[in-house]
Amino acid sequence: MTDKTPALRLEGIVKTFPGVRALDGVSFSVMPGEVHALMGENGAGKSTLMKVLGGIYQPEEGQIIVEEMPTVMTSPLQAKSKGIVFIHQELSLAEELTVAENIYLGELPRRSFGRVDWAKLYAQTDAILEKLKVGFNAKTIVGDLSIANQQMVEIARALTVDAKAVIFDEPTASLTDAEKVVLFDVISDLQSQGVGIIYISHRMEEIFKITDRISVLRDGSYRGTLETRATNEEEVTQLMIGRALDLSRNVSHHEMGDIALEVRGLSCGDLFKDVSFEVRRGEVLGFYGLVGAGRTEIAETLFGLRDPSAGTILLDGEEVRISSPADAIGKGISLVPEDRKGQGLVLGMNCRDNMTLPQVGNLSSGPFVATGAETDIFEKYKEKLDIRTPGWKQTVGNLSGGNQQKIVIGKWLSMHPKVLIVDEPTRGIDVGSKSEIHNLIRELAAQGYAVIVVSSEMPEVLHVSDRIVAMFSGKVMRTFTSEEVTEENLIQAISGIAATDKVA
Amino acid sequence: MASMSKADIGRILARQGILIAFAVFIIGFTLANERFLSPDNVMGVIRSSAILGVMALGVTFVVISGNLDLSVGSMMSFSTIVVLDLHDKIGPALAIPAMFAMTLCLGAFIGFLVGYLKLNSLIVTLGMLSAIHGLTLTYSGGQNMDIVDKEGTWFGVFGQGSALGIPVPILIFVALAALLGIVLAKTPFGRKVYAVGGNGTAATFSGIKRARVVFLCYVMSAFCVATAGLIQASRSLGSQNTVGQGLELDVLAAVILGGASLLGGSGTIFKTVIGVLILGFIQNGLLLVGLQFYVQFVVTWVIIILAVWLDIAAKRGKLWSNIA
Repeated sequence: MTDKTPALRLEGIVKTFPGVRALDGVSFSVMPGEVHALMGENGAGKSTLMKVLGGIYQPEEGQIIVEEMPTVMTSPLQAKSKGIVFIHQELSLAEELTVAENIYLGELPRRSFGRVDWAKLYAQTDAILEKLKVGFNAKTIVGDLSIANQQMVEIARALTVDAKAVIFDEPTASLTDAEKVVLFDVISDLQSQGVGIIYISHRMEEIFKITDRISVLRDGSYRGTLETRATNEEEVTQLMIGRALDLSRNVSHHEMGDIALEVRGLSCGDLFKDVSFEVRRGEVLGFYGLVGAGRTEIAETLFGLRDPSAGTILLDGEEVRISSPADAIGKGISLVPEDRKGQGLVLGMNCRDNMTLPQVGNLSSGPFVATGAETDIFEKYKEKLDIRTPGWKQTVGNLSGGNQQKIVIGKWLSMHPKVLIVDEPTRGIDVGSKSEIHNLIRELAAQGYAVIVVSSEMPEVLHVSDRIVAMFSGKVMRTFTSEEVTEENLIQAISGIAATDKVA
Repeated sequence: MASMSKADIGRILARQGILIAFAVFIIGFTLANERFLSPDNVMGVIRSSAILGVMALGVTFVVISGNLDLSVGSMMSFSTIVVLDLHDKIGPALAIPAMFAMTLCLGAFIGFLVGYLKLNSLIVTLGMLSAIHGLTLTYSGGQNMDIVDKEGTWFGVFGQGSALGIPVPILIFVALAALLGIVLAKTPFGRKVYAVGGNGTAATFSGIKRARVVFLCYVMSAFCVATAGLIQASRSLGSQNTVGQGLELDVLAAVILGGASLLGGSGTIFKTVIGVLILGFIQNGLLLVGLQFYVQFVVTWVIIILAVWLDIAAKRGKLWSNIA
């Protein structure tokens, strides 16, 4: 590869913010036709680097070189005109408009008197869509498409220019496995057309499946580039966090207590049907299945956010009806929600106030909030969960994903729930904090909490769960003990293959 | 450190813009007319800001909870007309609680629509602005309202009286500001208001009854409006039925000037009081330098735009956005 000219090269990029050296002389390059992974923990500098590349930040030192031409980036639009295109994790499409209008937004082909040349627009768009082999056409309304297909529209938009390098930022975050396959095909097509790809992701599996080289950032500085074929997950992780990571299966066993929560024949419309399970004190029960299998919906029903259409819920052997989150919390059921920023935290509030939010009404002396008691609770759980923050006054929005998640977990632990439900415990959290959260969940079980973990990451469920409920299209396919479960039979179960009838 | 870059200046302007602009106004007005900062004038400004101020206290709760209240102006007309009418019919001692009860019902109705039915607060309160205006006109038969025996009533004390040399409207404003300031900053309810405005979904997921919090904010706003109506009615012992017209924008301007975000979740009672005073002094200053009263309407608009712009600018850390 060294005999060719890099499609994009960054040299000695330095970017500082007051008090922080966010990027400390970062250099790396992408060859045409190469998929180059950029990895690093949250806060390592990946997004700052991308903002420099997109012209949102100006570096103090260093150069951006596009095909041997030093280039100053001033805005994402200008970067695009130089052939550097970003596919963001969060989509930026006008949902009411057609695919074609979205793709050529701002540069619609024109006829006389400024009229849009619709025929040309649709023809051009369909030509691009054909290259992507997608199942929709130029006239489809974007809002009617799945998330995965909307992402394809973003990619199609990138293809309208002569792209030299395309940057994918966590592109698979909201995709199903089947949709990922399509995305990877597109990436491989781009690759064969000689486009350089920068692929930012936390997901090792994908990285090892599709990339050629892996560059790692840590604390704002460049830590090296590895040939994907010649390395392994451990080596990459070590480079990212500076230590080895334990992702082995959970083996610790401890005494289980009584059944804390039992669910019999629970249904909620078409979302899930006839679901039965129980969790004991001291047990971690994992829920695993594809997106849309009904896992999150079960968690939401137990937390009072949805009304079940049938079935019973028993807490400590007594039948209960849960009418609202406030009701669930009062009865001892807590939920660490899937969407940390949207559902878990008030980002503009400080750490302490977020943590004590559910019990603020009870923590009062006279008519006032007992702020002293609040601070005590915060300090206690800050230490217990090893939350890294300068102090309770820190705005939660400024913390890293891992520390934010610990605040949400602390929020519920401080209320000593009977059942703790954790939906996607480590979504968007860097590798180092991930294992901390996993250990924490195990520790909570050891302390006697009944924990339900809902996850779409197989290694995670396998790692933390004592038993695993495999779901497919709203039904429980099978419940595995940690002795029975293997990756193979779990995959079969969640794909709707009747694993119970087969001998593994 | 020695020299500030253009970006730094932009950031400072964005953060402290309102105070800087206010300081420029004050210096300008003082140079133009030495009476501007005289004790009499200052007291006069605070006194005439009291009605607006009392209303702004309630609206602060509504805005922090992430909603709007554009109905306060016409609701204030309603309170004023009702209490004046009932004064002669059932006497002041009964008229006041009756008026408060009726105004609180209006607030509760809005709170029900916005909180429990989750209707958009802009639409609901804009509609109520008009509906309550109609209600007031119907109630009064389109007539202005006057107390017949102006000499023989103690009702004037709320608007005209003074204690310890301080006018009662100012005392009411200060006392209510202190009380509501404490409610907002120190009580569980206040904390919930911030949570609901900051992220309503997360508040719900934390077991906070969002609808109830929003409902109570509108009831509190109505309580403040009723108090403002009482002062207004008491001040002149008679009133036009459009007395509060247009005040909703002044109130909103004061709240935003104080720095409460229209997106909810931020702002304090103290800041609102500052916002009320800034607005009061600027409007007064414009009169003192000899501009027509009607210029105020335009200036108020300019101030709102300035405040909203600077609010956004402070969030992105610079005055202009690179992204169109």
